[in-house]
Amino acid sequence: MVEASKPVVIIDPTDEREPIKRSLAKRPEHISGTLGLLDISKPRGDKFIDRLEQLINEQMPEVTVKRYMKPTVSKPAPHDLRQKIMNECNFVIEAVAD
Amino acid sequence: MTQTLPNFSLSPAGADREQNAYSFPSGKQTLICFVKEDCPTTRTSMPLLQQAKEIFGENIDVVALAQNGEDDLVLVQEYGLTVPFLDDSRLNTSYAYEIDTVPSVFLASEEGEAIEQFIGFGRDDWKELFKSLATQYQVELPQIDWGSFPELLPGCGSKSLEPGIYERLKAESEGSPLRGRRVEIGINDDVHEFLYEQGLTDGLPVIPPTPERVIRMLDGTTRDAQEVVAIVPPNLAPITIEKIAVNSVMAGCRPEYLPVVIAAVEAVCTDDFGMHGVGATTMGATPVMVVNGPIRHEIGMNMGLNALGQGNRANAAIGRALRLILRNVGGQRPGETERTTMGSPMKFTMCFAEWEEISPWEPLHVERGFDKDESVITVFAMTGLGQLIDQTSRTAQSLAGSLGLRAEGLHHPKYHNYPDALFALCPEHVKTIARDGWSKEQVRDRIQEITSRPVRELLSSEEVTVGIDPKVLQGSSDEELDRLVPKFGSNANIHIVVAGSEAGKFSAIFEGWTSRIGLDSTVTSRRIEK
Repeated sequence: MVEASKPVVIIDPTDEREPIKRSLAKRPEHISGTLGLLDISKPRGDKFIDRLEQLINEQMPEVTVKRYMKPTVSKPAPHDLRQKIMNECNFVIEAVAD
Repeated sequence: MTQTLPNFSLSPAGADREQNAYSFPSGKQTLICFVKEDCPTTRTSMPLLQQAKEIFGENIDVVALAQNGEDDLVLVQEYGLTVPFLDDSRLNTSYAYEIDTVPSVFLASEEGEAIEQFIGFGRDDWKELFKSLATQYQVELPQIDWGSFPELLPGCGSKSLEPGIYERLKAESEGSPLRGRRVEIGINDDVHEFLYEQGLTDGLPVIPPTPERVIRMLDGTTRDAQEVVAIVPPNLAPITIEKIAVNSVMAGCRPEYLPVVIAAVEAVCTDDFGMHGVGATTMGATPVMVVNGPIRHEIGMNMGLNALGQGNRANAAIGRALRLILRNVGGQRPGETERTTMGSPMKFTMCFAEWEEISPWEPLHVERGFDKDESVITVFAMTGLGQLIDQTSRTAQSLAGSLGLRAEGLHHPKYHNYPDALFALCPEHVKTIARDGWSKEQVRDRIQEITSRPVRELLSSEEVTVGIDPKVLQGSSDEELDRLVPKFGSNANIHIVVAGSEAGKFSAIFEGWTSRIGLDSTVTSRRIEK
């Protein structure tokens, strides 16, 4: 059915949406306000975050630190948690590796 | 009720394109006859069509629509015709008129509405037609030797219904179910190289999803091609039946597999299954698909010898179609959101059927709440595949114990409270268990019993640092440290199906991912609906 003498026409198997390019948020020079630390429930992610919290408390005592945790590493963060972090924090650091 | 016939504009057969195209409706009554020279009934009709032209030509248009285009001009020669032959060799007009028989004759009004129509050759049909036209235009009919014509002759099949052609016409028609973007691949480009370069394959060649093939694939379902079936992670892209059909063509599916692929898409794109995480994990999980119910036989799935292996088209293509959908529609590509450390050959395809008939137990879908005569697909997020070799067990107790010991190392022997695993038991092993009358639940109990270890054995140590951090249990009583913990979080994490050849004592175990109920990827079933 595919004839060599004619151009082959196919139906696009993708979702046909142009990829959205997102630029990174602008990095401020100083951290101030509230900083969220998100543990995504990966093993030993808590250790990494404990250490970060300790360093932040030592070096940036003016910054308030809040801790958050995803219920499971295996699924995206629930909408409510994302909303809560957005409402309560100016910055967020997420521990992704174990 | 009057039927409006489709408009058309066609050039004379054998002429240059678009030259002196004849447009219908023309403002005059029109006699249209679909013809093809390789049909004897067409030949029988030609003298009468010519007569109509000669008698009524001043009042009405008489045209022949030639399905073979230029090749049909032999009829003009043979019968000395002056009736214009219009080129319908693309067959779009035949398709639009839903012609299944040639010749098909239509008499249309000035506005293009059907006044009269008949198919094949009927002497009385033509007689009546001539009589009513003669009355209408007050023309005296010449002597026609009706006796020289047969009373009835069946027509021939229309070219527009030939395999491959019908699907093209449907794809090209105004009512085409296809809305997907059409991509034209240059004459000098190799189709397979093009598809690979565009990142649309799994690394192996795919069947080019031409409109004709996609149309044929859509015959596999009664669902509307534009129905949105699911939102596919990670890009959260809506997917239509059409896009599932396109990728199913690429994977090598037959139309009758399509309902299974649709159900698989529905199953993995649920919050419960959590396909985003399944695809993204460094651990390398992928959906393992098990099909139950009558459709296994209808589409010829393999559940016996080499059930988990290559060579069966349905098993191979259904699993592959889902993976291509996740890649092409969901945007799940290795190195992008798919971050697996090792990957797995199961990421090409992993679909098989349960051999329900040889099993002494309720099949998987019945255990999961469906009726036996329903067709169901169940998806498991799995990371690996291993085998149990046990050629000596002669009792259920011994064999179930072997299954447990084999499962003890899943992920790591020190990992207990283990998530889902899928045991595909071979018929010989099943017979051994069935001889003692054990239920699946008894098998599960034995697996849990033989794998139970005291907590103290599951602690991490300097020698093997994997395990429970002893600090967590500091100050625990001896009783607490002696508490026995089975391998699996619960019996519900032990899934059992039957598959494989009747010869050989080798069962298979699919290694799970993460599956705390309600939190992680949950085994999900969907009814397969045609």
